Amino acid sequence: MSGTFVGMPAFPTAAREALADTQQRRNLAHATRTIRDKRAAVVAEVEDWEGLRLAGAAVKEAALRDLATHLETLEESLTRAGAIVHWARDAEEACAIVAQVARDHGVDEVVKVKSMATGEIGLNEALEAEGIAAWETDLAELIVQLGDDLPSHILVPAIHRNRAEIREIFRRRMGDVGRPAPEALTDDPGVLAGAAREHLREKFLRAKVAVSGANFAVADTGTLVVVESEGNGRMCLTLPEVLVSVVGIEKVVATWSDLDAMLRLLPRSSTGERMNPYTSTWSGVTPGDGPQEVHVVLLDNGRTRALADDVGRQALRCIRCSACLNVCPVYERVGGHAYGSVYPGPIGAILNPLLHGVSDEQTASLPYASSLCGACFEVCPVRIDIPSVLVDQRAAVVDSHRGDRVPRSGSHWQEAVAMKAAAWTFSDSRRLRWAERASGLAGRVIGRFSRTTLPGGRAAAGRLPGPAAGWTGARDLPAPPPESFREWWDRTDGGRS
Amino acid sequence: MRVALQITCVNDAMFPDTGKAVVRLLRRLGVDVDFPGAQTCCGQPMVNTGYLDEAVPVVRAFVDAFAGYDAIVTPSGSCAGSARHQHSIVAERSGDPALVAAVAETAPRTYELTEFLVDVLGVTDVGAYFPHRVTYHPTCHSLRMLGVGDRPRRLLEAVRGIELVELPNATECCGFGGTFALKNADTSIAMGADKARHVRDTGAEVLVAGDNSCLMHIGGMLSRQRAGVRVMHLAEILAATEGAA
Repeated sequence: MSGTFVGMPAFPTAAREALADTQQRRNLAHATRTIRDKRAAVVAEVEDWEGLRLAGAAVKEAALRDLATHLETLEESLTRAGAIVHWARDAEEACAIVAQVARDHGVDEVVKVKSMATGEIGLNEALEAEGIAAWETDLAELIVQLGDDLPSHILVPAIHRNRAEIREIFRRRMGDVGRPAPEALTDDPGVLAGAAREHLREKFLRAKVAVSGANFAVADTGTLVVVESEGNGRMCLTLPEVLVSVVGIEKVVATWSDLDAMLRLLPRSSTGERMNPYTSTWSGVTPGDGPQEVHVVLLDNGRTRALADDVGRQALRCIRCSACLNVCPVYERVGGHAYGSVYPGPIGAILNPLLHGVSDEQTASLPYASSLCGACFEVCPVRIDIPSVLVDQRAAVVDSHRGDRVPRSGSHWQEAVAMKAAAWTFSDSRRLRWAERASGLAGRVIGRFSRTTLPGGRAAAGRLPGPAAGWTGARDLPAPPPESFREWWDRTDGGRS
Repeated sequence: MRVALQITCVNDAMFPDTGKAVVRLLRRLGVDVDFPGAQTCCGQPMVNTGYLDEAVPVVRAFVDAFAGYDAIVTPSGSCAGSARHQHSIVAERSGDPALVAAVAETAPRTYELTEFLVDVLGVTDVGAYFPHRVTYHPTCHSLRMLGVGDRPRRLLEAVRGIELVELPNATECCGFGGTFALKNADTSIAMGADKARHVRDTGAEVLVAGDNSCLMHIGGMLSRQRAGVRVMHLAEILAATEGAA
């Protein structure tokens, strides 16, 4: 299966629709600003944040450089600790393994800890097809699930919803799948959380099988780590008899002490907290304590593809903190759905093409979903140079179509022709001089017919037809000056005469 | 010191006054700046759209035009960033060791205008006079790719007569982004609308920045709104003197 939501249009189209959702625009602007400010405050407290970033990047880089060895060590440690290790090449294999575990225990429901990997592989839908209900227990994931919605953020998947909308979803849907929302439900955050707690409690107490992901997998001790805020994860990881964890192979770190830097970087970067409320760690099975049957599914699903990419492999350092989403001016305005994947925002714009390639138009549009402003790189706790990877993935998109006999679309054909023409013009200053003479003439024509004057007095083009409409639909365009700089320089000897 | 002006293709064809201002300013500061006529473009439009092969001859033209200069000064954070951080990628792609070597020579000698003024010439007061209410937008590439920091602000603060007002959310991208402005026009405009609103909120009559491409975008929106704010390149304010302003 593809890594992106089925049937999503390419980014520019999806973004256009999202930009028209006024409620979502307001919700996102408010939520991203709040979390951005919180992050900035707690990051500023750390004496040597840059040193910590470098340490975090080094931990992940070291693990990736020798990934095969660390994974084998992890498998040995896990097995020694009583866990059952499975290897999944892709989403289909991973979903089949989890479904098999559920079937072996004869259950028709599982409880879930919030997990990006299981979202990526579409586990809930795969289990549903087998008649197994997967209950999300993270508050935001619950909101998304009850609302028949898609996640729009890595950390806070219901960021596009406000509390009035959440109250409505709870009232309408909770009763269909379990304990209904109380009659007196208000949109007070505490009351909404209380309703979710009551609704989820019966599921926690009833479930025999839990499914989780992991934030980190420590190779030398065989320890999985889940970092969370609500305690729902702790319930899932300790109450049921059976635990299945789906873990991307890039989650491995070599040693327990490697967690030091990571656990300091993650909460400050994601929730803007010094320390997250719950950090659960478990190594296989502990007799008489917690799940007595522990499965770990090590998931590739495109990660080895990304690892083989010299520039792009740094994306595998990602610890899913979402700092890049919260700071991204594109994400803030269009939201997560427009990216068509559980990984939205700047990291999604590189991760999806790296994991799955750029052969479909939707994924191929993602590397262009950025103004390359660089704010993402600035906040990334593991120093992923997202702008550079975006540019490299754009090159991958262009290169993948170099041999095409039939152009992908009219606009792509126009773009390719324009770029080749620009390259031809810019390869020789004489050609550029001719082009500037032509633009100077065009400027004179525009100047004569223009009814638009820029502040300061210069003539401008108002609305133009054709490809220029993309610019002039909302922006006046200055008329080219009659004389270019180089013509002025030559005429006046650089202003000396 | 042999100093060359890299005018940038956008300034050359669309904003020649910025280039003239740089020449005036540098001459006033005692720098006899040269304009190598063989120059064209830094190649960024091709690189950032993914057309790396197409950028190879353009980067070649750049290094040929600027070979032998001690400093290459450009009134654009974005083009300086392209020369310093992307030319090596294009050169590697070409597989031509001579181009790789030539880029290693030109890349570190390329300075954005405010870097050249503050770091190389060691001046912040350039003797300018500009009696207007001005707000400054720090462009993304100058800020995050080059790290020009507060150099532009220090230069502006030293301008006589200027009333410099803080731009809210100043470091947020204006939404230009090169071909992003066309490929994702709706998102670009949504970002630009917020930037234009912040500019209007300052009550400034002039929006200044170090990149005319970003200003063409923000200024185009402000003009469409008949907002009564004009945009100016930083060089034009720094070149302005009493009697001429």
